[in-house]
Amino acid sequence: MNQVAGSIEPRSDTLFRWLLAAVGLAILGLLLAIVALLFVGSGDVFRTFGLDFIFSSTWDVSAAIYGALPFIAGTVATSVLAMVIAIPLGILTAVFLSEMAPSWLAVPMTFAVELIAALPSVIVGLFGLFVLSVITSELIETPIVTGLGALPFLGSGTGGADLMTASLILALMVTPTIVAITQEVFATIPQVHREAMLGLGGTRWEVVRKVILPLSRAGITGAAILALGRAMGETMAVAMTIGNIDQVPTGLFDPAQTIASKIALNFNEASLGLEKNSLIALGLVLMFVTVAMVLVARVLVRGRSLADLGVQGQ
Amino acid sequence: MTGAAPSLPASATGLFSGRSRSERRRIWVDRLMTLVASLAAASLLISLLTIIAFVVVSGLPYIDEQFLTKETIGYGEGGALAAMLGSLQMVPLATLIGAPIGILGGIYLAEARPSRISYTIRVATEVLAGLPSVVIGVFAFTFLVAPRGSYSALAGSVALAVIMIPIVARSTEEIVRLVPGSVREAALALGIPVWKTVLRVIVRTALAGILATVMLAVARIAGETAPLILTAVGNQATNVGDFLSPMDSLPTFIWYASGQPSDLLVGQAWAAALILMLFVLIANILVRGRTAGRRRTN
Repeated sequence: MNQVAGSIEPRSDTLFRWLLAAVGLAILGLLLAIVALLFVGSGDVFRTFGLDFIFSSTWDVSAAIYGALPFIAGTVATSVLAMVIAIPLGILTAVFLSEMAPSWLAVPMTFAVELIAALPSVIVGLFGLFVLSVITSELIETPIVTGLGALPFLGSGTGGADLMTASLILALMVTPTIVAITQEVFATIPQVHREAMLGLGGTRWEVVRKVILPLSRAGITGAAILALGRAMGETMAVAMTIGNIDQVPTGLFDPAQTIASKIALNFNEASLGLEKNSLIALGLVLMFVTVAMVLVARVLVRGRSLADLGVQGQ
Repeated sequence: MTGAAPSLPASATGLFSGRSRSERRRIWVDRLMTLVASLAAASLLISLLTIIAFVVVSGLPYIDEQFLTKETIGYGEGGALAAMLGSLQMVPLATLIGAPIGILGGIYLAEARPSRISYTIRVATEVLAGLPSVVIGVFAFTFLVAPRGSYSALAGSVALAVIMIPIVARSTEEIVRLVPGSVREAALALGIPVWKTVLRVIVRTALAGILATVMLAVARIAGETAPLILTAVGNQATNVGDFLSPMDSLPTFIWYASGQPSDLLVGQAWAAALILMLFVLIANILVRGRTAGRRRTN
């Protein structure tokens, strides 16, 4: 059956191995094709504008000048603000679900958190557009702006569709990622560590504070970075709540625009040539940032935290 | 798991009569943080229920004969039939393209010997899974729309398939790895070739899990909007079977209708959201409801 001397592998198995490897290589090829086509699609954007494409805040279609700074600033601002909410919220939720709640409560609530992540972005955006932005406008922005005027870091907008609303929506959307990974990291900590702390007379919170969280630090950092990558790439929910003004936001109540929302909103109408290419170049920028996030998070979640635990585990 | 553990402060006070000031403070901090953590979890639960409630209450009144039977979006007399038919075509085509590649890719990741190539492919799969869907939409545009000069349902399906592949591959790998080594060894010991062992024994054992994974991925791509805006929109009329022409879909319907100055269209956007949400939630509940408790107690 086998012609190769010394090999006992049937030819059908060799074929099967190659088939699987071909599919694996196709997935790798797909990623490379995405990178390559985005490069090609960006055309001469980077040659025309150089680094000004990143650092210029002018996006003027009629003058054919394209600078991505407003969108980069909007992306950074919304995702960082979202993380300020999502990281503590996610960690506390994971602590409650994994370390505190009885399982009759923890199991359905963990499932509910997973369902948040499953909600389509456009539906969360619909909620943000017609419900949350009305709440932020009428209960927060209008009272503050009419009562106190334009404050630094807040601004004078009262429209509801702005940085704050988009960040709140984003926070809700990425928190489940942090909760899920943090719970996974908690689950890798041997039970004896908890028992040791309890045996020393520690309270449940002291177990969390002095045993669970220190051991999970790398994993939680990874979860946060992965969530940050998600937040930066989130499109529809942000596009529907951020107000869509091409400006570098200076206050929480300012409408803005992110890279992703700019692409989604303008891509269809953009004329072929430099304008379309500039939007593709925006996609390229977004891709590099999110890929970097995935790679860093990967090292933190898989690599260090497990290695740390491996040393200290039973 | 720790929930069942006896509350320590109580037993401590049983042992020692009276509590020192620092002990009282520690118990107080413990209670406070338990409260804060439970409020964090509760806030997420309340957010989920609020969104579901708004979608149901706002969407239900607009699910009527007009919504279900009129084909195109329109002021006064439109409906969502074209959008629903579009989703019912593009999502299955995407699944036909994406699921087999994802499953085979997952089997590769589970079966491949550790090597530089298999490691690279694993990282590539994770990176692909982390790409924003709008970036994949841009890719599908430059790949399939720009060269032809026309938006098409095919480009939309390919974009959705690209989103699906890494999701299915990563979960399939996990599930295939869960099949006990003894099952594999038993088959191999009988002299069954590796390919037959993998496809007829291991995959058969893992089949329920793999199908569940595909189902979750289908639910995920059914709600994807941005990639379709960049690849498949441009035709709100009913398109059945013409994958080389633009096609409407439920997510793009929600997006478009929600931006119109019309109570009817905004209401229909909520109605479309309700239908989409029901599909996504039911798929998730069917698939994950069974396994939700198991993972926690591993």
